[in-house]
Amino acid sequence: MNFLRNYLDKIKPNFEPEGRLSAFRSLFEGLESFLFVPNTTSKSGVHIHDANDSKRAMSIVVIALMPCLLFGMYNVGYQHFLSAGEVTSLFQTFLFGAIAVLPAIIVAYIVGLGIEFTVAQWKGEEIQEGFLVTGIMIPLIVPIDTPLWMIAIATAFAVIFAKEVFGGTGYNIWNVALIARAFLFFAYPSKMSGETVFIRTGEQVVDGFSGATPLGQIGTASHAIQVTDTMGNNLSQFDMFLGLIPGSIGETSKLCIFIGAVILLVTGIANWRTMLSVFVGGIATALIFNLIGTTPSMLVSPLDHILLGGFTFGAVFMATDPVTSCRTNNGKYIFGFLVGMFAILIRILNPGYPEGMMLSILLINSFAPLIDYLVVEVNIKKRLKRI
Amino acid sequence: MIVKLKKGLDIKLAGTPHPINAGVVRSENYTVYPSDFVGFAAKPAVREGDKVVAGSPLLYDKKRPEIKIVSPVSGEVIAVNRGEKRRLTEIVIHSDGKNKEMIFNTKDANSPEILKSLLASAGIFAFIRQRPYDIIASPTDIPRDIFVTAFSSAPLAPNTDFIIKGNEDDFQSGLDALAKLTSGKVHLGIRFDSKSNVLQDAKNVEVTRFDGPHPSGNVGVQINNVKPVNKGEIVWTTDFQAVIFIGRLLNRGIVDFSRPVALTGSEIKEDERCYVTALPGVAVSEWLTPRLKSDSAHLRVISGNVLTGINAGIYGSLHYFDNQISVIPDGYDKNEFLGWILPGPDKYSVAWSFLSRFIDIFRRKEYVIDARIKGGKRAMIFSGEWENVLPMDILPEYLIRAIITFDIEKMENLGVYEIAPEDFALCEFVDTSKMELQKIVREGLDLLYKEMN
Repeated sequence: MNFLRNYLDKIKPNFEPEGRLSAFRSLFEGLESFLFVPNTTSKSGVHIHDANDSKRAMSIVVIALMPCLLFGMYNVGYQHFLSAGEVTSLFQTFLFGAIAVLPAIIVAYIVGLGIEFTVAQWKGEEIQEGFLVTGIMIPLIVPIDTPLWMIAIATAFAVIFAKEVFGGTGYNIWNVALIARAFLFFAYPSKMSGETVFIRTGEQVVDGFSGATPLGQIGTASHAIQVTDTMGNNLSQFDMFLGLIPGSIGETSKLCIFIGAVILLVTGIANWRTMLSVFVGGIATALIFNLIGTTPSMLVSPLDHILLGGFTFGAVFMATDPVTSCRTNNGKYIFGFLVGMFAILIRILNPGYPEGMMLSILLINSFAPLIDYLVVEVNIKKRLKRI
Repeated sequence: MIVKLKKGLDIKLAGTPHPINAGVVRSENYTVYPSDFVGFAAKPAVREGDKVVAGSPLLYDKKRPEIKIVSPVSGEVIAVNRGEKRRLTEIVIHSDGKNKEMIFNTKDANSPEILKSLLASAGIFAFIRQRPYDIIASPTDIPRDIFVTAFSSAPLAPNTDFIIKGNEDDFQSGLDALAKLTSGKVHLGIRFDSKSNVLQDAKNVEVTRFDGPHPSGNVGVQINNVKPVNKGEIVWTTDFQAVIFIGRLLNRGIVDFSRPVALTGSEIKEDERCYVTALPGVAVSEWLTPRLKSDSAHLRVISGNVLTGINAGIYGSLHYFDNQISVIPDGYDKNEFLGWILPGPDKYSVAWSFLSRFIDIFRRKEYVIDARIKGGKRAMIFSGEWENVLPMDILPEYLIRAIITFDIEKMENLGVYEIAPEDFALCEFVDTSKMELQKIVREGLDLLYKEMN
């Protein structure tokens, strides 16, 4: 790779403050540190450093999202051909989904990274990796039929107003990808829920087609029902675990999310405390409502709650965001429990919208600093008692 | 008593020294760096051309003039160098090779006051620090307790059992002297597997054994796990090496700072990794260069260990408190293609995102680690990394935040009086955001000291 290194060294002066391409310094630096590990050596403090850095840690999250993304692509194709009543090969199905999903990813990355590079250039700082994760998450948590321009606007809004105004990666209060989702949800509600957005239908659909997600079906039912796929066939819990159901692109397959969770937990990038307590909080809340049980949605079992909608995806990939969740170990338990609890609470008690995970995480994100504050105060009290 | 510490990290660094002493090393010139003495407003007590002997004062503290830093060798002062803002940077002594010594009167050293003034004028106070602030202690204080760490757990650190051989009497005399200076106890922290009788059976002290990875040898960690420092209390800290120096002074009336120095690190030839006996300030170039594997231009020569040492360079000298030289590759010329995503079977990391972490379950590998930071500096992003390597009852992240924002009340509440920069060295090593934590802590402590005094 020496020729590449030499080439970079040759063109580098152009990007220095006086160079003629200095307006693209952040872009060049971003590319350079992408290709080669920076060889700056330590000037103060420790002389050796751990080989890990934030670029690697963020990349692991992207890798952990890959099973969800690939399955999501396949499922987009599967749902499309199912509703059209066509039988296709596995490859064809995947290809259809890939072509449908890729533009959304490309748009999110171009808009988001464009803003990131601009801000880095403007502030004279290094480009930060946070958006690598956000950029892939945004397409995964929206319905397939979200128009690209909406994704562009939502991404721009989230990156600027949920991250950069706070100071960039590490300073934001709310999960950036979820802010993009919430922006779409409140600005364009008709494109974010209902029966038509979760499946990319062709010109014609077969008779009896209904595009409602299983969670949507339960949310709108007036009595206990059996959830069905778009063709009215009954869906088993195993179907929902595998993920061949309508839903946002990345959230449907619990199997793929589970693979991602294993990657995140083994590498230690997501905290097991947060992840575990989201599930504990969700299951506990669902069980309590099962006991009350006056409406169909109250009767949904904890297992179904985990299998339905975005609960698992949120628990694994969103609630564990290190920046916006609690930072103290004890805080993480409380944070996770509240996220799980409110997600189920909103799902069951909010009649207008079947899903609760997004709002729950954003709500508890807001309280994360307060939870940490209390945990720190407990430590301070304990320390004062020593005397 | 045995204290078991779970948190921490023993970095698997290549270059452990063999327990062999290869003899005395000397140099023509000896350099004393005033920056080694923290909390010491250095004023020169000598001028160029002055003759000095081992034990003659070189520096004194502007605010506490009774505290002296003394010359380790006899000879002539050939340079008093100053840097920016006329800050004193170096005192260089040309050795006359005669090892003439100043004789101190140790007769009346039984009373604490006379003992303290003897230690201060013989330059021993330079080796005694106080918590809070981790600065040179004041002879006017009476500390609550004195903590002595009898081992270093830092990467490739010298072995105390080996060093202490032949110094047993001086060591015990030093401990006896320290016991006179405190209203409380002298606590001696030793390694759980220490075989040295003089350590295990030390008299006049409370012996605590520590079992656990680095930083279990840090005196701050030992204090926190034995008897933490609270606001308003002062404890003194020192190490076994200084205790030996105190013993030598009291037993023989002389200042003898000679010590075994471990030559460590992957870039020293395998069979040259050993101990040499040296005085502080000795220039390293002459006797270290032949021991190096390759040209020194690509190496980093560190006085001290790789976590807290000083980048001395091949033309530098052994710093005043150090008993270790570490030589590692510098890495400024190393270009690693796509290093952030490659599996990394040979990269050292505590993160399980490297293949090496999995392979290491089955192999014993010592790593050659260079001085690259290996990533960009970031804001605090990942949480919980520092807690895993800091075995103290302290919330490191919130303490660091309080220091950065200089919120005095929060700092006090979260334990700023218990810490020293070295306690955060491992946190700095593992930090994915590559923050300079030791620097942040040092500057915070200095600023706090100014504010409170």
